[in-house]
Parts: sequence; structure tokens; C-alpha cells
Amino acid sequence: MISKEEVRHIAGLARIGMDDQEIEKLAVELSAVLDWIDQLKEVDVEGVEPTAHITGMENRLREDKAGNFEDKKMIVKLFPENKDGYGKVKSIL
Amino acid sequence: MIRELHEKLISGEITAVQLTEEYFANIAQKDEEVFAYLTLTKKSALEQAKKVDEKIASGEKIGIMEGIPGAIKDNICVKGTRTTAASKILDNYVAPYDATVIERLKESGAIFLGKTNMDEFAMGSSTEKSAYGPTRNPADPERVPGGSSGGSAAAVAADEAVWALGTDTGGSIRQPASFCGVVGLKPTYGRVSRYGAIAMASSLDQIGPITKTVEDAAIVLSVISGEDKFDSTSAQSPAKDYTNYLTGEAKGLRIGVGKDYLKDLGPEVKTSIEKVIETYKKLGAEVKEIELPYSKYALPVYYIIMPCEVSSNLARFDGIKYGMRAFDHKNTKLGFKPEDRTLIETYLDSRKYGFGEEVKKRIMLGTYALSSGYYDAYYLRAQKVRTLIKQDFERVFEDVDLILTPTAPSPAFKFGEKTTDPVQMYLEDIFTITANIAGVPAISVPAKDKVSVDGKELPIGFQLMAKWFDEENMLRAAHAYEISFRSDAENKIK
Repeated sequence: MISKEEVRHIAGLARIGMDDQEIEKLAVELSAVLDWIDQLKEVDVEGVEPTAHITGMENRLREDKAGNFEDKKMIVKLFPENKDGYGKVKSIL
Repeated sequence: MIRELHEKLISGEITAVQLTEEYFANIAQKDEEVFAYLTLTKKSALEQAKKVDEKIASGEKIGIMEGIPGAIKDNICVKGTRTTAASKILDNYVAPYDATVIERLKESGAIFLGKTNMDEFAMGSSTEKSAYGPTRNPADPERVPGGSSGGSAAAVAADEAVWALGTDTGGSIRQPASFCGVVGLKPTYGRVSRYGAIAMASSLDQIGPITKTVEDAAIVLSVISGEDKFDSTSAQSPAKDYTNYLTGEAKGLRIGVGKDYLKDLGPEVKTSIEKVIETYKKLGAEVKEIELPYSKYALPVYYIIMPCEVSSNLARFDGIKYGMRAFDHKNTKLGFKPEDRTLIETYLDSRKYGFGEEVKKRIMLGTYALSSGYYDAYYLRAQKVRTLIKQDFERVFEDVDLILTPTAPSPAFKFGEKTTDPVQMYLEDIFTITANIAGVPAISVPAKDKVSVDGKELPIGFQLMAKWFDEENMLRAAHAYEISFRSDAENKIK
């Protein structure tokens, strides 16, 4: 069972605004799913390697070289706010 | 179907423009009810078709996909086309580049009719979670088409597209294919580039075809598969023509059936699947009983790995870089101006109003499982059990070439039937999910015998899973089953 306080904390970490009603509902729903997931505890995983890549692919290296993106204007247009060909972001300080 | 249309295009029996217009006419006639499409791209489709016709007129040879109209799931980027993933947060998003699969399809000369409906960000098994309203099953409009690629499956089933692309993270290509009575193929993880597909769970996602026939699935897969420098997880294997493996024979193939897999099915679904097994025996396949003891944990493993990866992938939707910013959106009616909001408030509001309920729930679940102190208990443990599931498959594939299961526990269900209990909806994926967890290829093929529910004949699919990168045997077996019921079977065998 996870508490409303925990849900509120997680919502903050996930950067999702939530009202009390949503928090209350999620506390119930997330608890139900987590209880159901708990059946994994019965599996003996002693000495088992976790899967990193399912077909066993290892790191693939490439040259660290910038390429050209054709339609920069299309990207700039997608910013909710843009100015002089740049995306505008909120002040962070 | 694609081959027949290709021959008609070459012989001049039909032009590409006529063919494309025919499909738009079908859409105009049916899509008000079905609602398979979110966006139509008629102008560019007809322009493309005209080019193909000019090429044919000038005596140039055309490829198999050239002039063949299809549909693209709305979480795959098509440059210059609105791409929403059926989410309000991407309501105004116009893709600035083509996904690799789109680039390859464009090169092949295929025509795009439009973008199809889906569960928001591919999270769902019924298309009821689309922010734009549900798609209806062409076999029975009171029922869901399955999901999340419900729009793509419904479009193909209703003749609103010859072929379609879907994405499959836990069954999202195969389960709707089963519900709508069409073929759906999830390739081996890495067989098809994921570049340009809006990511849900990156270690599970694959793009694949939804088509009327197995041969069509092989044709589309041949175009879209192969290594891609923009997806470092794409497999280093050359593209190949999968139609070469459609011999029409299943003789000598060893097919594994898990006895537990059939245990809990309704009697009609069970009979339908048992008849499929009988057919394979008649075709000369060897049917063997197998056991995959860890498969029963695939679903809970999925509900840890998937939300964890979701919470990370969907962090990019922040109201800053693209998509909806809360105060820009007409439905939020927030009583303040954008310049008054801080950075953090912008994040919180944009995600609050931009995401639907199911999406938020999965982000929350993933954030919780990855939060400090829980990593070992959830994510790490799930990845270890994933290894055990994979080892199950490695062991079984020493004895068999293919594994046969139902695709879904039941035929299409009614709207609202499974929305109240989330775990009930999650159980929809019980047969399909192991293929994503283990990374193996899998295909859903319509069983010959439909299932009768409330006086309606509803389609149901069976699933074949194959070894990693053995789409060849999987397609061969699926094709052999499919053509075994055609009266002109011999003529259809290549």
C-alpha cells in the first residue's frame, strides 16, 4: 500500500501537477498494481545476471561528429515560444 | 493482395491514382463509424500516385510496393505531417523528419493515406485510451478493435488501407490484428529500426506490418527491416526479401504448444486453436508439448520494465521543446498568462493537462519503481527474471522451431468491458507479452474458424513465435496455414 504522501512525492519527481482527487485515486490504483507485481518476489534470482540487451548486443561505437539537420526551421517552429530563430525557454535561476 | 494489385498496376488494369482514390472513397464511406484515421494526407498521396503512374506510362519498371496505399500509426514520424501519438500533449506536433521505416517506404514508392488512431502513446489494449476517441471494430462496431494499434488494424480490415504499420511493445500489433481478423507481425527486437517512432519502452518497442495476408506482411517487412545508423540497437543484419521463404510448406517444422497455454481459454477459442494445431499436423509439421515455466512472470516483469522506461522516455514532454504548453491549450482554461509561470509550474501544468490518465499512471508507476531505494526490488529484479524467461525460450528452441499460442484470451470485447479493472485489461497481453520480454519475433494469423459471440461471428488469431531473427520459418509456417484453405492453393504457392 502506498500512501497519499508518497504519491504526492512521486508526482513531484515525475513533474506532473495533480489535485487531491487524482492523488487519492492513484494511491489506490498504484497499490493494486504493486501488490500484483509483488508475485515476482517468489522467484529465486540468486546468481542470475540481469538482461541488459535482449539479443546480446554490446556497445556500438561511432564517430562523435555533428551532422547537418536539414530543416532546422521546422524544429524552431515547434517550440511553444521562439524568438529570432531560437527556442525560448523559461529562466532557470 | 499487394502482389495482385502490383500486377494490375503493371498491366494497366488500374492506375495508382485510381487505386488511391478508391481507398479514400472507402475511408469517406466507412471511417465516420470506424474512426481508424486521425489525419488524412490526401494531397500528398495523390501526388505520389501520379508519379507512379508517370513512371509506369514511361515504361519504367516499378517495385512491388510502388503505388500501394497504406496507413501509418500516429506514433511514427512522417515529415511535414501531424504526428500526435493520440495525445493532447502532441496535438499540434508536425514531425520535422521521417522515421527510418518511412524513409524506406518512401524509397519503395509506397503511398501514405494517413495516420491512424491508437491508445495514447501506445498505452492500452483497446484504443479506448486515445485522446481523440475510440476506433470501432469493423467486424462489430459495438466492440473494440484491440490496441494499441487499433486504428491500423481496423483500417486494413475495413479496406481503408492495403497495408499499415503498427508498433508493438507488449502485443500492440498482434492483439488488434487478432481482434480485427488481419495479420500482424512483431519483428525480432532490432530487426526494424525504431528511429522516428515515438518511444514508449525502448527495450521492448518494435515497428511491424499489419496486412490482409502473410505474403503482404513479408513484403512490407522486407522494405522496412535492416540495420540503421540512427538506431544503435538495430541489428547488424542485411535486409532480405522474406517472400523467398514462403514455400507453401510446413512439413518438418517442429511446433511447440504449451499445455498450460490452452487451459484457461473459453471453449470456442480453445476449439478454434485446436483446429489450427490439427491443420499443422495435416501439413506435416511435428507438434510437440513444451514448457515455459517462467512465462507466467512475463506480465508482472513487463509492468515493471515498461513503466520504468516510459517514465524516462516521456520526460521529454515538458511544454518547452515541442507540443502543448498548458496555457496555450484551449481546454485548460487556466486563469493566468504564460509569462507569469515559472519553469517548474510550466512542467507541472503541461504534463497535468497534456497527458491522459493511463499515461500518467504508468509514468507514476515507473517513477516510483526507479526512485531511490526501490531500484533493486523492482527494476533490477525484473531484469533478472527477464533473463530467466529468455533462458526458457533458449532451451525450448533447442527442440522446436516455433511456438504456437492463441494471440489473445478472447475475441474482441465490448467498449467499457475492461476499463474498470486495470489488471483485467493488462491480462489481454498475456500471450503476446513474452515475445517482447524475450525479444523474439511473433506473428498473429487469423484462425480459419471464427468464434460466435452473441450471434456475431468474430475473428480470432493464433500466434506463432520463432527464434531470434528467424522470421523466415515463422512466415513460412504462417503462410502455409493461410494458403492451405484456399481452393486454388497450388496456384498460390510460389
